[in-house]
Amino acid sequence: MSVAAQPLANDHVHEEGHHEPSFIEKYIFSTDHKMIAKQYLITGLSMGFIGIAMSMLMRLQLAWPNETFWIYEVLLGRFGEDGVMDPSIYLALSTIHGTIMIFYVLTAGLSGTFSNLLIPLQIGARDMASGFMNMLSYWLFFISCVIIVSSFFVEAGPASAGWTVYPPLSALPQAIGGSGLGMTLWLIAITIFVASSLLGSLNYIVTVLNLRTQGMTMTRLPLTIWAFFVTAIIGVVSFPVLLAAALLLLMDRSFGTSFFLSDIYIQGEVLSYQGGSPVLYEHLFWFLGHPEVYIVLLPALGITSEILATNSRKPIFGYRAMIASILAIAFLSTVVWGHHMFVSGMNPFLGSVFTFTTLLIAIPSGVKAFNFITTLWKGNLQLNPAMLFAIGLVSTFITGGLTGIILGDSTLDINVHDTYFVIAHFHLVMGIVGVYGLLAGIYHWFPKMFGRMMNKNLGYVHFWITAVGAYGIFFPMHFIGMAGLPRRYYKFTEFPYFDDLANTNILISVFAFVTAGAQLFFVYNFIHSIFYGKKAEQNPWKSNTLEWTTPVKNIHGNWPGEIPKVYRWSYDYSKLNKEETDYVITGQDFVPQNIPLQEHEEEMDD
Amino acid sequence: MTALLIIIVAALLGITIWQITKIFKLSQPIESDDSQIANNKDNEKQGKLFLVFIVFFYGLMFYSFWSLSKFYAPGASEHSADYDQLFFISLALIMFVQVIIQFMLHWFGYKYRGQKGRRALFYADNDKLEFIWTIIPVITLSALIIYGLFSWSEIMNVEETDETLVVEIYAYQFAWRVRYSGEDRTLGEANVRFIEGINQLGVNETDPYAKDDIITTELHLPVDRPVLFKFRSQDVLHSAYFPFFRSQMNVVPGMTTQFGFTPTTTSKDIRNSEYMVDKVRNINEIRKNNVNLGPDEKTYEFEYYLLCNKICGVSHYNMQMKIVVETEEEYQKWISEQQTFGELTAQN
Repeated sequence: MSVAAQPLANDHVHEEGHHEPSFIEKYIFSTDHKMIAKQYLITGLSMGFIGIAMSMLMRLQLAWPNETFWIYEVLLGRFGEDGVMDPSIYLALSTIHGTIMIFYVLTAGLSGTFSNLLIPLQIGARDMASGFMNMLSYWLFFISCVIIVSSFFVEAGPASAGWTVYPPLSALPQAIGGSGLGMTLWLIAITIFVASSLLGSLNYIVTVLNLRTQGMTMTRLPLTIWAFFVTAIIGVVSFPVLLAAALLLLMDRSFGTSFFLSDIYIQGEVLSYQGGSPVLYEHLFWFLGHPEVYIVLLPALGITSEILATNSRKPIFGYRAMIASILAIAFLSTVVWGHHMFVSGMNPFLGSVFTFTTLLIAIPSGVKAFNFITTLWKGNLQLNPAMLFAIGLVSTFITGGLTGIILGDSTLDINVHDTYFVIAHFHLVMGIVGVYGLLAGIYHWFPKMFGRMMNKNLGYVHFWITAVGAYGIFFPMHFIGMAGLPRRYYKFTEFPYFDDLANTNILISVFAFVTAGAQLFFVYNFIHSIFYGKKAEQNPWKSNTLEWTTPVKNIHGNWPGEIPKVYRWSYDYSKLNKEETDYVITGQDFVPQNIPLQEHEEEMDD
Repeated sequence: MTALLIIIVAALLGITIWQITKIFKLSQPIESDDSQIANNKDNEKQGKLFLVFIVFFYGLMFYSFWSLSKFYAPGASEHSADYDQLFFISLALIMFVQVIIQFMLHWFGYKYRGQKGRRALFYADNDKLEFIWTIIPVITLSALIIYGLFSWSEIMNVEETDETLVVEIYAYQFAWRVRYSGEDRTLGEANVRFIEGINQLGVNETDPYAKDDIITTELHLPVDRPVLFKFRSQDVLHSAYFPFFRSQMNVVPGMTTQFGFTPTTTSKDIRNSEYMVDKVRNINEIRKNNVNLGPDEKTYEFEYYLLCNKICGVSHYNMQMKIVVETEEEYQKWISEQQTFGELTAQN
């Protein structure tokens, strides 16, 4: 693992008589990892816009269930006739919101963007191992986006059985409209998505293992790379199981098999399915579903490590422990899936087993949080917008992670399973953490992607409104969950018992609208800065990692001359010389990875 | 026409904002720092905002506990006290950690706000510290989890005795049915393939155990008697959620799942409890002002309810059943008035 990559014999940049790429080659079917990263980013953000819009409609409905709103009619067409939202479309919104946010925004938008952007740059490679596979990965993702969006316009509505699409509801069109063509399109979109994800993951793994520059041992890699690398491994292990589940579901739907179905009487007739079990689907789904949340989380945590260290002017605290916890989280994430199934009807003994393993996974997560905080301690914090989002991420990770301790306890899950307690938990620990990671990454690496700076004042406004809003939405939500309010309910007014929760629902919705509105500051800043932002210098954040040694204007092959060699890890911030009289390099509080050991510098064994 | 006016207003608003920002930019002093990188002034301001945020965040947490804890449903089963104790201990533990750690995080954000030229401390690792904050969570969480597992096995391992009332709960889109096992205390065999006409639950008419089964649309339970529910679904996944009894179990087509509890508070008693009297009065105040309600809907009286808690279709939000917990005598009287399955099929 610590063997340095051999320098490529013919480290070719432009050997094959390099020609000017055409518009199509440069911007559409690019094989350059930096362009692909930007493609993932723009597509991911666009899907995020759609996902947020859907959640706004849901929150509007939940806050004022008996009011009519013309916006329903405008956006939902015949499902919003006369300004009243149809209950079936509420379930469709919930389903597609979840699907888009988890897969399209937080997996593709987060991993796809930053793994692509940073892996070759930070390990010192010209590009990914296979630029072509990388390009395919993006375009498959794009096709998947098109298909899922096209499912909105289907007659009986898009998939509506929840983002988890449990059968039989998702298998039988007669059970709910969205389980017709809408569900078929969902399955096709996800299948293509999985293919895209696997292509990407394989590329990332191979690139990290094989294309590190001279001197870049595994233990000198920035934590971003460790995170992306391990995330890719989890992806390769778990996404195929989702594909299996989807394939079996497709067969039950279309080819008369009974993997998940048995003993069903619906719409006046007994169906012929026999011998299958919905619980089997749940096992297969959650075998991906749980690692999936770590596929979202780990890149965000890796990005945070990087941004915290750079902006604290200190090494990330406990680099080795951070790597160990990434590996521990990755391994454990594959053995905790049953905590989503405590009340599924599975054998209670399994409940005990999964409670125990879920307890274990809390430990490395805690270690990471403590290490983040210690990184800030006695730092010289540069409070750039990226840094604020990174700190905000640590905060929401802790809050959301702690409530996981309640949900991971099988006994306690009995009364909060499928209630708003769960929704509050996963939105904080996965949704907000993931989004903060995405935003922090964008603010921090914007100069590298676009050669310009984003406006910091708009960034500050964006952060503080979002931070207040995020907690305002999701902290009170835990309490309505504890009151017994179920998920995926179109409205609560059929239960007079819940009438006194209405005000809290309105509070949550108002916070949601304000927070969503605040994202417009970011959208404006992002778009405006791409064209009119202040031109960036080469290393604006005074960071140690290799991406900042490339020229401001992106070039194919990353470095105009030789790839830099690496002599140290990426966290020599504020390192003093042996006599402790000054920094290792006079007047500069950082030592980039490509700077050799200086005179009067003590070598730290990494 | 309205749409056109709205578009024009929006466009004018956009132009206004654009011009104002332009003026703002032009009015900036020339020496100001436009690098878009945080400087001392920014660090000061943002550091202080962390302090303000601490006030907001702790205020929000305090408000939530103070104002919203009251919605926590009262427990009415034998194991609900155990459940609640485990819940509150877990909550206390995580809030203890939360209060300390969030403060440290945001305080550091303020205390170590950057100053140009100040040195940060090069402090890369400390294995002892890592060990400490690994082993303390391990010990605390192990204790919590082991406690939880004792409760779990007690709740989930139901020992059927002579006293246990065995009841089937049957779920379908979008209602519930109850099937009592009757005098022979055994449920008759049932499967969807037997569904025909009046035999809505698909009970096997030829099974002798089925004759005395009683099918109802309300769930009545005698207080202080253990009940074991057998769940069956007709069509898709549903979930039987009994929040007051701290009980929940998915209802799975193709499989019979089960869950047991002992109700300890009658409907009448909980209705007259201080908590419920206050709550219902509050709800009726709200309902009084609700224009969408008919006159007979405005006065709410508390009843226990069973609700569906697994997405099951369009009316998932309204799949409920009334539950009545009453004395043994009241229960016997009620059940003697119900029709048995044998009687039901004889009529047909």
